[in-house]
Amino acid sequence: MQLLKLKETIEFMKHRKTAMVFSIVLMLASLTSIVVNKLNFGLDFTGGTLIEVGFDQAADLKQIRQVMDSNGFDDAVVQLYGTSRDVVIRLGQREDVKAEMLGNQILAILQEGTGQALAMRRIEFVGASVGDELTEQGGLAMLTALICILMYVAFRFEWRFALGSVFALFHDVLLTLGLFSILGLEFDLTVLAAILAVIGYSLNDTIVVSDRIRENFRKIREGSPAEIIDRSLTQTLSRTFITSITTLLVLGALFFQGGALIHGFATALLFGVFVGTYSSIYVASAVALSLGISKEDLIPEVIEKEGADQEMMEP
Amino acid sequence: MLNHSPLWKKLLVLFIVCIGALYALPNLYPEDPAVQISGLRGVEADVTTLDAVKSQLTEQKIDFSNIALENGQVLARFKDTENQLKARDLLDENLGDKFSVALNLTPATPDWLASIGGVPMKLGLDLSGGVSFTMEVNMNEAIVKAQQSMVGDFRTDLRGEKIRYRSVKKVSNAIEIQFRKTEDLDSGTRFLKKRYRDFLFVDNSDSLTLSVTMTPQKLKEIREYALAQNITIIRNRVNELGVSEPLVQRQGQKNIIIELPGVQDTAKAKEILNATATIEFRMVDSEGDLSSALNGRVPASSQLLYERDGRPQLLKKRVMLTGDHIVDAGSSFDEYSRPQVNITLDSPGGSKWSNATKNNIGKPMATVFIEYKPTDRVDAEGNTIFEKIEEIISVATIQGRLGKTFRITGAGTQAEAHNLALLLRAGALIAPIQIVEERTVGPTLGAENVQLGFQAIMGGFALVFLFMLVYYRAFGVVANIALGANLVLIIGVMSLIPGATLTLPGMAGIVLTVGMAVDANVLIFERIREELRAGKTVQQAIHQGYDAAFSTILDANITTLIAALILYAVGTGPIKGFAITLSIGILTSMFTAIIGTRTIVNAMWGGKRLDKLSI
Repeated sequence: MQLLKLKETIEFMKHRKTAMVFSIVLMLASLTSIVVNKLNFGLDFTGGTLIEVGFDQAADLKQIRQVMDSNGFDDAVVQLYGTSRDVVIRLGQREDVKAEMLGNQILAILQEGTGQALAMRRIEFVGASVGDELTEQGGLAMLTALICILMYVAFRFEWRFALGSVFALFHDVLLTLGLFSILGLEFDLTVLAAILAVIGYSLNDTIVVSDRIRENFRKIREGSPAEIIDRSLTQTLSRTFITSITTLLVLGALFFQGGALIHGFATALLFGVFVGTYSSIYVASAVALSLGISKEDLIPEVIEKEGADQEMMEP
Repeated sequence: MLNHSPLWKKLLVLFIVCIGALYALPNLYPEDPAVQISGLRGVEADVTTLDAVKSQLTEQKIDFSNIALENGQVLARFKDTENQLKARDLLDENLGDKFSVALNLTPATPDWLASIGGVPMKLGLDLSGGVSFTMEVNMNEAIVKAQQSMVGDFRTDLRGEKIRYRSVKKVSNAIEIQFRKTEDLDSGTRFLKKRYRDFLFVDNSDSLTLSVTMTPQKLKEIREYALAQNITIIRNRVNELGVSEPLVQRQGQKNIIIELPGVQDTAKAKEILNATATIEFRMVDSEGDLSSALNGRVPASSQLLYERDGRPQLLKKRVMLTGDHIVDAGSSFDEYSRPQVNITLDSPGGSKWSNATKNNIGKPMATVFIEYKPTDRVDAEGNTIFEKIEEIISVATIQGRLGKTFRITGAGTQAEAHNLALLLRAGALIAPIQIVEERTVGPTLGAENVQLGFQAIMGGFALVFLFMLVYYRAFGVVANIALGANLVLIIGVMSLIPGATLTLPGMAGIVLTVGMAVDANVLIFERIREELRAGKTVQQAIHQGYDAAFSTILDANITTLIAALILYAVGTGPIKGFAITLSIGILTSMFTAIIGTRTIVNAMWGGKRLDKLSI
């Protein structure tokens, strides 16, 4: 079976200006949303307390909110989580109560206030300093990952490819963050993990493409760089599609069957795989091309001795 | 010959997959409900404990399937949870406070598997249920305390050498010693420099002062020590909770992670963990005037403190001994059957104590209990400010020169003596700690997560399986065999590595690996198709396909591995689990997708005259 039967080379690079404008617009939109809407940081980053309780029957959110209100927790955010019987209650940092005792206290209040049988499913408390540290560490992790990858690709390929692929990664991360910001999805630690996985995936794609470009530059004698890149992209296109399909298949399974805790993770990756596939075609190669990649850059170097091209200075 | 794998290669692949399968096997066996009995405070469970447990269970007619002594712990396995709970209650009641009795789930791994080191994967708290805490050690306090003890040490040493000084005091980050004469400054500097090599000395002959600061090395040492000590103490406290397989681990520069699987009652756990306290022994200032001190005129070398019942006492500021030298403390009765507290010190503590007490025989000494309670205020660096609460818990007369072991009598009733012993044992922290993060996962959520994760893995696996079969036919079958072997290898390696824990994100990592692992095969197969289209022979196409795809696969996987390793370095708990499964998955998938499929492909199609391939 074959999904794509490509006889001719698709002229990807002809549209690279359009794609670039498209990418830049999306990136700007993401950036604007991140600045304006901010990210809806989860408990891991903001600190505070989260309590998830499971009721025997469908939970009455109104009643729960009332119970919380009347006990002085009027800032509590009460939401359903996954099913109609699971409720998540979020509380910000509090000064008056010992935060680490809050979880048990709320459970008792709810038990009494609703008069229903309920089960503690999870309690999370994160101190403010931990959250700050995490935000710093998370940002640092992403930066370190990008730099390490930049170095590796520069070492294995060429700096133009390295810049291209890192720019593509930056593009993917920014767009994924933008999606979370625009939709107001919760950004927690698992999403951070997913974004690093997106980096891994997108890079995977980019490297496959770059590898083929390098191979073709060495193999094919005629043709402009743009033509060779087009040809390489066409050749790898069916692989790109199939791998995207298999990855999307498993992510679909994760999204629909993995439960509420994994939703954010699956969402980030699902989106990331789309952008990652797009960026490996248009962003990474286009940037490398714009930076003036040429055949000479990728032909294995003839090792020159220092000073070999200089005239001998013998008397 | 093209596309032929030598026999050793085939055997090696088979061998590795079999080993993987062997170590993945323990995960298939169910778990037995069990009760775990472990000794507290240096006591180890032994054959006598084993016999006691056995006879008690038989006496009460509680059915057990097996009782064994393992690593200083008695493990009794039961057929059902009902008997397990009954046994726990019975043993808890009858074994006394020297042992902790904990509920446990023990893998029912057969003996032959266990004997070659086969164990099931460890489940993270998000899957097994339980509570995890992150505690932060207050390093500022540790350093301030070290400086305070330096002040005391310098005074003693200078006096011992008969070098006269005007004052020794702590000034911000340094200790300042003020001398009267230049000769004293010189000899003092020379003497202290020789004695304390971890400090930086700056002398100023104009103002006759010597300023002493700690080297960065020494500061680091203090921090490390404070952290290590807290970990030890928390470990002891956690053991008293009676939890099976607790984990106490340092994280970063000042944090400690505590994981208590299966614990639901977090309130009790927190109470015990939060009791941050220290003990100091100080002399009562019998010469000072208590009544004028109560009016605010406290002598400079003394401090006014109160006993629990509110009685004031004037104490010398100088600390004779701190609680971190206490190795053990327990309560018993003396020869007149009065309650007493027996204390054992470590050897530096012992010699310090013997020196301190020899000149004070017959004088009253106070035991001060110091508690640090976290406040809501935060300092400039974002660290919580702690409030120091000092309280006298006992005043006793020193009867003679004391050594490594001594006892305190007159501490009140037996219950009070017991309580004091407990405080002394727990009260050795040199730096206060505070819970900064807590995560509790209920048992139902844990079980649900396992199920969901399992479903997602199976669902994803089935979809990819089907897709590959339809798309690549015979080669799809080969890729699927590799995929199955990959899953087995991941589980085998995860079970084999002691530090690897399976978490919910970790399960997501496995799912993701399944999706991405076929990528290597897709790359190879597409390349083979390409070569076939370009008119190569079947054997050449297979050869070229594998050859050309190899470096691409390697590069792509190494970069993903970089991302995973960074994630491992930064992440905690569940996220680390994700990074681990992802990394393992990348490595095993390279093996199965490249070497594994190549071996099968070679065996099936290699070296044969073929015009077409089922790809």
